[in-house]
Amino acid sequence: MLCENLSPSVYICENFTILDSRMELFITRYIQLKNHQVIINGIVEYLSEEQSVSKLLRSVYRRSNIDYPKFFKMDNLSKLGFLSAEILLQGTDILQKYPGEELGIILGNASSSLKSDEEHQEFIRDRKKYFPSPSVFVYTLPNIMAAEIAIRHKIKGENTVFIFERFDHGFIYNYISELFRNQRVNCCISGWIDCYGDRYESFLFIAEREDMINRYKELQECIIFDPLNIEKLFKGESISWKI
Amino acid sequence: MVDVFIGADNTITSLGFSTAGLVEQIKANQIGISIYPGGNLYPTPVPLSLVDNRQLQDLFRQYLGETQPGLQPGSFTHLEMLHILSISDVLKSSGVNIKDPRTLIILSTTKGNIDLLEKDSYPVIEPDRIYLWKLAEFLQHFFGNPNKPLVVSNACISGVLAILIGSRLIKAGMYDHIIATGGDIVSEFVVSGFQSFQSLSPAPCKPFDAARDGLSLGEGCGTMVLSRDHSLCAIPEKIIVAGGSCSNDAHHISGPSRTGEGLYLAICRALKEAALDPPDIDYISAHGTATDYNDEMEAKALSRAALEPVPVNSFKGYFGHTLGAAGIIESALAIESMRNNELFRSAGFENPGTSKNINVLTDHIAKEVNHCLKTASGFGGCNAAIVFKKI
Repeated sequence: MLCENLSPSVYICENFTILDSRMELFITRYIQLKNHQVIINGIVEYLSEEQSVSKLLRSVYRRSNIDYPKFFKMDNLSKLGFLSAEILLQGTDILQKYPGEELGIILGNASSSLKSDEEHQEFIRDRKKYFPSPSVFVYTLPNIMAAEIAIRHKIKGENTVFIFERFDHGFIYNYISELFRNQRVNCCISGWIDCYGDRYESFLFIAEREDMINRYKELQECIIFDPLNIEKLFKGESISWKI
Repeated sequence: MVDVFIGADNTITSLGFSTAGLVEQIKANQIGISIYPGGNLYPTPVPLSLVDNRQLQDLFRQYLGETQPGLQPGSFTHLEMLHILSISDVLKSSGVNIKDPRTLIILSTTKGNIDLLEKDSYPVIEPDRIYLWKLAEFLQHFFGNPNKPLVVSNACISGVLAILIGSRLIKAGMYDHIIATGGDIVSEFVVSGFQSFQSLSPAPCKPFDAARDGLSLGEGCGTMVLSRDHSLCAIPEKIIVAGGSCSNDAHHISGPSRTGEGLYLAICRALKEAALDPPDIDYISAHGTATDYNDEMEAKALSRAALEPVPVNSFKGYFGHTLGAAGIIESALAIESMRNNELFRSAGFENPGTSKNINVLTDHIAKEVNHCLKTASGFGGCNAAIVFKKI
């Protein structure tokens, strides 16, 4: 499948059936936070010296140049999701292009809020030192990380957190396609946010419809939204930019 | 156009182990919330709605003996027993084959096997069943389904979401049948957490009432079969998932929006997809947790959506807030109302307690119900709305 009008830096995936050929979807930006690196559109933008996840997250926060005191109340899972979304969105204008009701957040996760769960459990382990805390308990749900993103950027549309053992690029592709096809979203932030102790990984991308993309400015960095590309981006594999 | 039919359902709560049994108890105005005197689940007395554990153990032992005699009850967590009995019940009546590759299990739960975090709670069970995906796979393998189950964990809207997402997957042609199973246990983890929020009532909860002062926690499991093939459905009436949506208030992680705009958005979209207008809705099964904020917000959203005159109830006054199970158990009861054209009193309600004049049911009444709206809201500002239609 060729698109003659696109710039040569767009990767075209062959041999794949798009569920609805009338509507082309593209990934217009993607970021990853893993192995102490912040990677934007495949390029390592920042490499941290920090060893612990907490210190790494604080260091990324400082570099992101925002002032958001609520950040310091979050658990690491929410901090990771929040920062990933922050970096993702800082480089786009989707918050201006789309009203909040048309934006969706669809995330995958494996460990749920296990670290915060263990912390809360520890506060109730000993009846003689029994101090359950609402500020910890509120983070014992995996959808709170999506909520923190929604609150920060006023994203009000479809939002769901799925729990997988591993990132399921095929399901994410199918489900997001359904959301677009039935006009439940006009733009979707999706990916994988997982954090347990020092094990963390985030991968977030923006999916948009072709007719909403500013061809002259942005199309250079667009990647066709299909399961193979999603998987490649997640794994950090290079995508050939030339047709 | 594919129709997604409600094929069968089961509910397990403090009021029994079947939907029919639950309906009987509701008709008899039985309340399943009682004062837990204090003990393992919490140091001091607190109203809770607990599944009859002795009966649960007996039924489960009997079930294992008949179907998997090589296995011991000790190899299953409390939650797993609930899910297995619930799923097995729907399979008895529905013709859907759980081993069919076109059947997907969707699990809805907020905390799963959270009691595995307690020291020595289950000596022979693998600790990794704390992972929700692992719990789901455990159920998948128990029943011999070939697909990795989908797990939805979105606070208290998970149950409604599971039904909604299941119907979307069927309509998209990805599966033909969905087994949506939602469950959560009452644990010290959850009781202590909600107490730290000061959101538990010292008495059985009173949704929408002027004197409401908090929610009552309940444990339970609800399972619903969805299918594109009505011939496989145990429910003879043709009741479909006509539309639905979820949204976020984008306001606060633990308090709902004061205006109810997120829930209002979800309701509007659900109605639009179902091709219905507000006057077409015959009955609303609301979330109604009996907290000050939720019920007020929900009333505002219903009012804004021009749904004030529609008879509405919350079931949480009967068996508490069952978290991940709530959306499925309460939808199953809404389906019963549609099947029998009867609406149930909103238990715990005596005097109107919201700033909007919503029509809370004060008695069990007969009423023709062709279109029903189910709503839910949860921590993290999420909301969901789903419309069921009789065709």
